[in-house]
Amino acid sequence: MTDIATYNFAYLDEQTKRMIRRAILKGIAIPGYQVPFASREMPMPYGWGTGGVQVTASIIGPDDVLKVIDQGADDTTNAVSIRAFFKKVANVAVTTETATATIIQTRHRIPEHPLNAGQVLVFQVPIPEPLRFLEPRETETRKMHALEEYGLMHVKLYEDIARHGRIATTYAYPVKVEGRYVMDPSPTPKFDNPKMHRSPALQLFGAGREKRIYAVPPLTDVVSLDFEDHPFEVQTFDQPCALCGAENVYLDEVILDDHGGHMFVCSDTDHCEKRREDGHHGHLAAETNLASGKTEPAE
Amino acid sequence: MTDEPLLRVSALSKFYGSRVGCENVTFDLWPGEVLAVVGESGSGKTTLLNCLSTRLLPSSGTASYRMRDGQWRELYRMSEAERRFLMRTDWGFVHQNPADGLRMTVSAGANVGERLMAVGDRHYGKIRATAVDWLSRVEIDEDRIDDEPRAFSGGMRQRLQIARNLVTGPRLVFMDEPTGGLDVSVQARLLDLLRGLVTDLGLAAIVVTHDLAVARLLSQRMMVMKDGRVVESGLTDRVLDDPRAPYTQLLVSSILQV
Repeated sequence: MTDIATYNFAYLDEQTKRMIRRAILKGIAIPGYQVPFASREMPMPYGWGTGGVQVTASIIGPDDVLKVIDQGADDTTNAVSIRAFFKKVANVAVTTETATATIIQTRHRIPEHPLNAGQVLVFQVPIPEPLRFLEPRETETRKMHALEEYGLMHVKLYEDIARHGRIATTYAYPVKVEGRYVMDPSPTPKFDNPKMHRSPALQLFGAGREKRIYAVPPLTDVVSLDFEDHPFEVQTFDQPCALCGAENVYLDEVILDDHGGHMFVCSDTDHCEKRREDGHHGHLAAETNLASGKTEPAE
Repeated sequence: MTDEPLLRVSALSKFYGSRVGCENVTFDLWPGEVLAVVGESGSGKTTLLNCLSTRLLPSSGTASYRMRDGQWRELYRMSEAERRFLMRTDWGFVHQNPADGLRMTVSAGANVGERLMAVGDRHYGKIRATAVDWLSRVEIDEDRIDDEPRAFSGGMRQRLQIARNLVTGPRLVFMDEPTGGLDVSVQARLLDLLRGLVTDLGLAAIVVTHDLAVARLLSQRMMVMKDGRVVESGLTDRVLDDPRAPYTQLLVSSILQV
């Protein structure tokens, strides 16, 4: 490991981490407010989680246990790479278990296992501005946030109902934080919105390309926007997970063959594996022994 | 109608550096009154309108507005939040180019409903019913409610813009060349519609136009501007039939007769 001795702990230099921590503190002080920060070039392309990585690098310490998920899965390229990155540059313990992690960096999901006080959830955000596709001018959207002019956000929901008969927005569903700022919860499915409401964990959001950080402190109100006659509701699934039989979790559709065969499985791989270890079975579960939920100690 | 004006403007001036936008404009506007501001292009009409609607801040002078609760407020001393709130509730602004006043990428119904949602309306059914009602009042078919304004003709867009502005029941509407760029038959229908709406709703309006026929049809009173100054003002019929200032005489005599 001598070849990386030239790197500072957790890759970023201390001045940069200080700057990002200040932005995080400001974000926590003003829940839902987008704090500009001097985003750095990271050794990965924009859109791969440069914002999340910078936030994680700024808050991680030698005793932390890191979990990284991508669309709920611990084993996809992005998740594996970021986990390996921090294992290397910060020499921290990494895990796939939601319950044992102290920091969970996520792309577009909140784990099914309830989070606890003391845990930090770091979101990777592509476009932090919920009003962006309705109002292209940044000067104007900032003013709208400042003056709490959020009528436009409902215009989007109105359009959904007019076109589809219901609110068709299924991800990046806008929320109001602590009764003040309208916030984009990053492209998580709206299924996860209720989990943000009064969550005991700290939720941090980093957008590297757009150079914004925002935060939802623990036990903060996060309310999804809706109409009185078209209230907010989450997705429901007709069938349980094909592997672990879980209900009331978010499922991914997996194509099995080119004859229309498909199955629905938990998008949260850790949750699914834990359930199978506990003896739950879905209708397509193979009789294999699963070794999962490993925690690799720091070297 | 009350004895008190709705808007009091006193010695309003706007300079762009050493250039004059408009200078020393003073007038009162009463509830339900339509005031036309006419003059050739570059005479400061639009600058004046933008100052009055607080889209521009004047260099000097004051304008006070009587709020719904009867309180007089100095427009340029209000906070930006208050001005913007006034702008989307008690006021309307009809742009010459409808694309400036509409959201071209959302449906006609959402365009009309936006102001309602901005003031806290959260019932889809009611918003939609109001939108349908307003579309019919500006003679747009109900089955166009989910179309984007991009699919509308120029005249329809302008009527949609009017509906969008009037949906919150404003008391004062600013119009910048509302019939500009429309062909004459469409213009005539739009004027007819505007005249009806203004009378039915008891709106006060300030209409900027270079078209004297529009001024004659819509307004009770008019101001003639040249080089940023008001050269003549009075009842519309009087000014047009018996122009006193040499410039007004020139303007009136330049109308093409067909």
